[in-house]
Amino acid sequence: MPLTREQLAQRAAQELRDGYYVNLGIGIPTLVANYIPSGTDVMLQSENGMLGLGPFPYEGMEDPDLINAGKQTVTAIPGTSFFSSADSFGMIRGGHIDLAILGAMEVSEQGDLANWMIPGKMVKGMGGAMDLVAGVKRVVVVMEHTNKAGESKVLHACRLPLTGKQCVDLIITDLCVFEVGDSGLLLTELAPGSNSDEIKGKTEARFTVSDSLREMTL
Amino acid sequence: MHKVYPDAKSALEGLLFDGMTIMSGGFGLCGIPENLIVAVRDSGVRDLTIISNNCGVDDFGLGLMLQTRQIRKMLSSYVGENAEFERQFLSGELELEFNPQGTLAERIRAGGAGIPAFYTRTGYGTLVAEGKETREFDGEMYVMETGLVADLSIVKAWKGDRSGNLIYRKSARNFNPMMATAGKACVAEVEHLVDVGELDPDQIHTPGIYVQRMILGPSFEKRIERRTTRPRE
Repeated sequence: MPLTREQLAQRAAQELRDGYYVNLGIGIPTLVANYIPSGTDVMLQSENGMLGLGPFPYEGMEDPDLINAGKQTVTAIPGTSFFSSADSFGMIRGGHIDLAILGAMEVSEQGDLANWMIPGKMVKGMGGAMDLVAGVKRVVVVMEHTNKAGESKVLHACRLPLTGKQCVDLIITDLCVFEVGDSGLLLTELAPGSNSDEIKGKTEARFTVSDSLREMTL
Repeated sequence: MHKVYPDAKSALEGLLFDGMTIMSGGFGLCGIPENLIVAVRDSGVRDLTIISNNCGVDDFGLGLMLQTRQIRKMLSSYVGENAEFERQFLSGELELEFNPQGTLAERIRAGGAGIPAFYTRTGYGTLVAEGKETREFDGEMYVMETGLVADLSIVKAWKGDRSGNLIYRKSARNFNPMMATAGKACVAEVEHLVDVGELDPDQIHTPGIYVQRMILGPSFEKRIERRTTRPRE
């Protein structure tokens, strides 16, 4: 069975480490905040100018001056800081954020990422995605393995316009996990019930199978 | 120093002309100069180039100036919240230049700081680098981006004193401090106007030198774009 959105977020949360400063993208990545392992202290960054993102407010406590990068009302926590967009992206571009978890439309076997535009369709913009993939120390992508037509989203080369070149370090799909290295993709984990033949059938990119291939623990 | 004007209309008098470039602070609907935007719209000024991270929603913020077709070109990083925007863009009425959000922020910061251009890794190997100079530093490739200035910047702060010192509140700070520095003139609207000396100098985010005119906003809707809450336990 392919992972649900919640299980994808759960698996992605295993990439968090104590003391990390982390930026979570919109969609499934946002759900990762619900699965931060206990005892792991992470500070979430929101690129509109906030470090130390708290949970959604209780009803009636919403503050229009306090939103995340998805424009949702949020709360501050002890230790939160606010800053300008220039400072926020200085923090991102300058390599001070440990981890970004982002969604993707396509990823290539070189770690190229496409997640901001489909030619011919209305383009909403890249927001902060290009800055994040260019500046954050480690970039993890979470996505469905195939698109609605059942075609592989893990490709030999991206067909859509890129968000960044050779920027992805780890790909977590609803079927498996690939590490992106200098010699290409390495299949390291399988979703419960999946096998490497299924992955081969559903993946356009070339990959090698790790000697220590294992089932994901959720 | 007479920086405080009685209302948004008088604060903008003599600063507006057709074809001008205006920077407008805010992220989404958070921290936007909502009173000044309405006054720019009401002035009827046309063919505007607007530099702003987003373009409001259909009936609030910069979206108001789309309805009246006063905007010719937008420089933004994300414009997904606005149906009229999409319609005008697809019909060719509206020009759009996408900038990565951090590149946009830094271009404005650079413009206000007298820096004509800088190099960034952001966007290398993508569409946004096309036609731009690239250069290698220490084995990594960078794209040259230019600084941005505007004829006018309009910003929103929480508190200001009569000499133009500004303090922003929470995530409503966003693009406002850089934009205040990068307009030939900057007009600020504040929620609380206090006398000189009442703000703690250590807490000021935008020193008054950057602000030429200001108003105490008569009212603030401060609309929430995505109201998200959690249940009380």
